Amino acid sequence: MSSALGHEKKCRGYAAREASGHLSPFEFTRSAPGSKDVGFRVCFCGICHTDLHQIRSEWGSSVYPMVPGHEIVGIVDEVGSEVSRFRPGDRVGVGCIVNSCRECNACKRKSEQYCHRGATFTYNSTDREGTITYGGYSDYMVVSEDYAFKIPENLPLDGAAPLLVAGVTVYSPIKYYQMESGGRNFGVVGLGGVGHMAVKFAKAMGMHVTVISTSPSKEEEAKKSLGADQFLVSRDEAQMKEAKGTLDFIIDTVSAPHPADLYLDLLSANGKLILVGVPPEPMQFKPRALVSERKTIGGSMVGGMEETQEMLDFCVKHNIVCEIEKINMDYVNTAMERLAKGDVHYRFVIDCENSFRAS
Amino acid sequence: MRSFRVLSKEEGSVCLSVSWLEVPERRKEGSTVERRIVPLVLSSFHLLTARQPQAGHFQGKMAKSGAKECWGYAAYDRSGLMKPFRFMRRPCRPEDICFQIKFCGICHTDLHQIKDDWKEIPASYPMVPGHEVVGIVCEVGGAVRNFKPGDRIGVGCISNSCGQCDHCRKSMEQYCERKMIWTYNDKDIYIDGSPTYGGYSTLMVIPERYALRIPEGLPLDAAAPLLCAGITVYSPMKHYDMERGGKSFGVIGLGGLGFMAAKFARALGMRITVVSTSPGKEQEARTSLHADNFVVSTDPRQMKAAEKTLDFIIDTVAAEHSMDQYLPLLKTNGKIILVGIPAKPLECSALSLHSARRCVGGSLIGGIRETQEMLDFCARHHIFCKIERIPISYVNEAMVRLAKSDVKYRFVIDVAASTPPEFRPIQ
Repeated sequence: MSSALGHEKKCRGYAAREASGHLSPFEFTRSAPGSKDVGFRVCFCGICHTDLHQIRSEWGSSVYPMVPGHEIVGIVDEVGSEVSRFRPGDRVGVGCIVNSCRECNACKRKSEQYCHRGATFTYNSTDREGTITYGGYSDYMVVSEDYAFKIPENLPLDGAAPLLVAGVTVYSPIKYYQMESGGRNFGVVGLGGVGHMAVKFAKAMGMHVTVISTSPSKEEEAKKSLGADQFLVSRDEAQMKEAKGTLDFIIDTVSAPHPADLYLDLLSANGKLILVGVPPEPMQFKPRALVSERKTIGGSMVGGMEETQEMLDFCVKHNIVCEIEKINMDYVNTAMERLAKGDVHYRFVIDCENSFRAS
Repeated sequence: MRSFRVLSKEEGSVCLSVSWLEVPERRKEGSTVERRIVPLVLSSFHLLTARQPQAGHFQGKMAKSGAKECWGYAAYDRSGLMKPFRFMRRPCRPEDICFQIKFCGICHTDLHQIKDDWKEIPASYPMVPGHEVVGIVCEVGGAVRNFKPGDRIGVGCISNSCGQCDHCRKSMEQYCERKMIWTYNDKDIYIDGSPTYGGYSTLMVIPERYALRIPEGLPLDAAAPLLCAGITVYSPMKHYDMERGGKSFGVIGLGGLGFMAAKFARALGMRITVVSTSPGKEQEARTSLHADNFVVSTDPRQMKAAEKTLDFIIDTVAAEHSMDQYLPLLKTNGKIILVGIPAKPLECSALSLHSARRCVGGSLIGGIRETQEMLDFCARHHIFCKIERIPISYVNEAMVRLAKSDVKYRFVIDVAASTPPEFRPIQ
């Protein structure tokens, strides 16, 4: 296997070519794994809402052709000579970040996502050599060992893929803002891929969980299959009023424009509203809501390397995986349309291995 | 020598029986000798809980109920124009302290309230403003433990609260789950629902729990603004652990609050950046407040150069402004804390929060325990507010100047010097 080192890797994937976001087969090469790199066959890749934003150039920074995907799991194929944590045949995962400066305070504190010089993201980003990164909608991936995760044996590979973004996106603020201490009242706004992970983590940590959603139809599933304790329809003024001041923390996963005041009202004094979605418009809030009861609005972006590994281990311990709908690569454009309508329980995961083998 | 006229029967017949005990004469402070007559039994409750009340120095008129006549300045309508006003303070209950007001600071809140600027807290007139109140104790109720006549005392924004909720128990009365009672323009639902009147007046009655001790080392007049301006910035500094490990601290706005924030930050060993719209304030910020850096917020070049340099910002500005302008100044995990309350909603983009896990918080004054801690801290570090002392008759003019920010840094009314002779305390 080491003989393969030094050769560029020919890869097959799916790419968007322009802002319509339509994805089609795409062949490209990846650099040969270096001495500290891991090369792996991609087995599964989750479809994150970010992928949809990026292929459609909704954040204005898209470079085409773009191979999306940053919830990637696979099996190690080859490792560089200095790689110590992985061997061929190991289960491996890659999330949002494939590199960072490793020197700044943020990197030193293992918060690589906040790297002062800017982290290199898994796709649509410029790596240290100046080339554009390609993501996991493909058959093969090369990554530095330092940015690869070990996927524990007890986690199903497909259900583990979305943990690498949807999972850590909520796990990180739960830990950072110390939400899990002492049976707190926890709320989550939006019950999509990220929201349902928040429910699972919060329940596993013993919190009292309230789901806040615009869709009354999600109540039954939220309570029965995810174990939420309470369900609030955000459009129901009476329900929202009754729940005023009852929550210690809220994670807001919604990326559509919405006012923060509605949710700030649900918080008790000293409560925190943490945004993990990225609404295109600025959030508006009444300052009195913050001042008069010392409430906080914060943000959080994915998680660092150590924290992500810790989250994976937590998932094994508590039998947590993402609820997924497994699809073939050629279904991806339909999946994107359904995702845009919120029509998925709760994450699409592309079966890359079988899709590319078949083609 | 004067003693209280005590009624043999209280209205509402709360007291079942009243009898009298003459306590021994006590010599205090030189030759002043007081003879005090106290009720022996007021009620079974008093018998169990009350110590002997101490008579004091109050000279004003007293109603039969024991209520005391008080003189002050009040606003009568939304013009905010203030004129002299006579009103009654309630009689001292066992837990109450009555004190002669010496000084009262003028807070920006007073200006908002007399003009009925805030929808959430509508004005009720006549309104006697003032919640930076200091004075000398003249009478204490029988259950009062820690104050005696002659003591230096202060009252801030909080004059009562439920005393039983989680927050009150932790002495965070400002976040009382039932209702905190403001020192003025409020109704005290825990007593009799009557309106509260603030410190632009000669006399105040306050439950001991909400009374603060002004340490000897602090000048009374310059200590007054600590009770609101001071605690408003001290509380978030402590709550958000800003003082740990030589952090970089920014303050937006250099008025009364901003001035205090810079003083505290200096005493706590932080590196200070003052952010202001007025380049004219730079020299004072650097020389008298020892600011390490001064950034003119309207200068994009200076703002850019200051990006990601601060761990904490306290935003004292009550005018409308965008958070996105200031958030970039914060480092990763940085926090900006609002203590001013702009009337219109603020905006911030999720991305400026996410990209460096920043957060926007708020903070409201401080609890009683924390306020006392702050006063003691000020005494240790010789911190007090820079003030301009004025007679009460100047108050309307002061308000006009305050609206133009024409004050360095706080007006303090010399109540004692402005008090009509019949309301002055006995010396």
